[in-house]
Amino acid sequence: MTKTFLSYNNIFSNLGFDSETVVENISRGNSGLEKFNDPSLLPEPFCASIISSEKVENEFNKIGTASKYTKLEQMMILSLKRVVDASTVSLDEKVGLIISTTKGNIDVLEKESNFPESRAYLSELGKTIQNYFGFKNEAIVLSNACVSGVLAISAAKRFISEGKYDHVFITSGDLVSKFILSGFNSFQALSAEPCKPYDKNRVGINLGEVAASILVTSSTENLPKEAVEIYGDATCNDANHISGPSRTGEGLFRSVKSALKEANLDASQIDYISAHGTATPFNDEMEAIAFSRLEMEDVPLNSLKGYFGHTLGASGLLETIVGMCFMEKNILFSSKGFSDLGVSKGINIIKDNTSKKMQIFLKTASGFGGCNTAVILRKANN
Amino acid sequence: MSEIFHIKSYCNIKNQTVSVNGELLFSDNAEDFPAFIKKVYNFFKTDYSKFFKMDNLSKLAFLAADILLKNEGLNEEENNIALVFSNKASSLDTDRKHQAAIENEEEYFPSPAVFVYTLPNICLGEISIKHRLYSENSFFIFDRFNAEHIQLYANSLLRNKKAEKVLCGWVDFDENSYDAFLYLVEKEGKIEHKTEEITRLYNTL
Repeated sequence: MTKTFLSYNNIFSNLGFDSETVVENISRGNSGLEKFNDPSLLPEPFCASIISSEKVENEFNKIGTASKYTKLEQMMILSLKRVVDASTVSLDEKVGLIISTTKGNIDVLEKESNFPESRAYLSELGKTIQNYFGFKNEAIVLSNACVSGVLAISAAKRFISEGKYDHVFITSGDLVSKFILSGFNSFQALSAEPCKPYDKNRVGINLGEVAASILVTSSTENLPKEAVEIYGDATCNDANHISGPSRTGEGLFRSVKSALKEANLDASQIDYISAHGTATPFNDEMEAIAFSRLEMEDVPLNSLKGYFGHTLGASGLLETIVGMCFMEKNILFSSKGFSDLGVSKGINIIKDNTSKKMQIFLKTASGFGGCNTAVILRKANN
Repeated sequence: MSEIFHIKSYCNIKNQTVSVNGELLFSDNAEDFPAFIKKVYNFFKTDYSKFFKMDNLSKLAFLAADILLKNEGLNEEENNIALVFSNKASSLDTDRKHQAAIENEEEYFPSPAVFVYTLPNICLGEISIKHRLYSENSFFIFDRFNAEHIQLYANSLLRNKKAEKVLCGWVDFDENSYDAFLYLVEKEGKIEHKTEEITRLYNTL
């Protein structure tokens, strides 16, 4: 069986334009969330993590002509370029490209957009990224709601294990658009204050925008210090409801079980859980039930939504990269926004930054359509 | 790597027709998709009230899957059938409806019942609920049907015992044009699970 590793990576967010700066900001307790009162995005005030378009353009103009690309394309290219450059992998026939996104360039549907509606097709986004870098293979776009980022890691591993590719670059991203804000607001799911995952006073989510990219590789050579091996992964559906999580956490429970089985580990061997934690009442409760059923109540757990908001199709990959960096530093970072447990099961939410020697962590995500994913990652360098 | 899988059955819905395993089972001259798909629903005696709340893409995917799976003698409790679907237009048909509801300040009225369908994988959720599939789901977007990647992905799921069977294919809905091709991959079957065969079945009708 081919081994697969998560290698060079980048986070492009308003907490910094590289993983190291972003993680440094998290370690200081800094959040990218801000309050906005911008009727052109939402008729009422909201709280989100947004990267200024001007900053993105200034950064992009150092490497190309920003006006030819949408904001999301600029973010994805800037993020992926740092990974491609750092990896020194040459983009030949054995190198794949996966794009993970829920809505891609959906903002081009707006009347005032400078781009044609055809840019909203996700395969066009794939082509734009593919052509910028000169990938030999057609971009594979994965759009599976809020689990897309974690599922992209599974997909890369699967294409590598089938012998199609030796290396796969993943880039992921979504924007905080009028489209997304209005939709989540129609569900009454948004919190106007910074979100509080798992807290008894949580009222809902904040949205966020980010591009995150990573190299998935079968090669053990030239791995960065935070590299991890993919030990097990799975995706399971709740088979319950299209917009609400299962009350028993069925799909999440099954995904973690399946990933543990593949990794040949039991729950007690997991050092840390980077959970989904959107701060909606139902999601966080569902996760607590699933982790309790898995006998993982004592495993230190956090949600990173208090730093980035919910970054949709990028969230799973973003949070995996942050988890890799945490593990390399052997520090458990606090679950921002949490103070008093507000779920029915006694799960171990990280309140303060704490040192802990770590080897293995679990990343989970859940999303609309009843989908859930889990991936288990182990330090590649001991 | 030597294990070989097969295509057990397949279903095509396009050009106002429905066929299963290459045999034409239903055709109608309804030009309009909602009218056509309702006739398909009735013809195959589908009895599932949630169908009428679905968007066009989910209706198309749901019926193509239902027509195939109802003959498979599935378990009532649960089934380990993975879903690996793909298309070109993602959920753009419904995305445009949501966008129209938020475009003007005077008529700003986003609806959660519409917004929830602005994700292509919602149709996988609908199929999973109906057929009790607590299994792997993935939704890929390609410019056109990419048999090779879907075949590799299905093989990986079967070889690694992540699924007993995989329902794969293409379900696209865009501007009243529709195209569904789903096929069930498992150990037994008459057609070998390889890219050339998949492409042949997709292009048959």
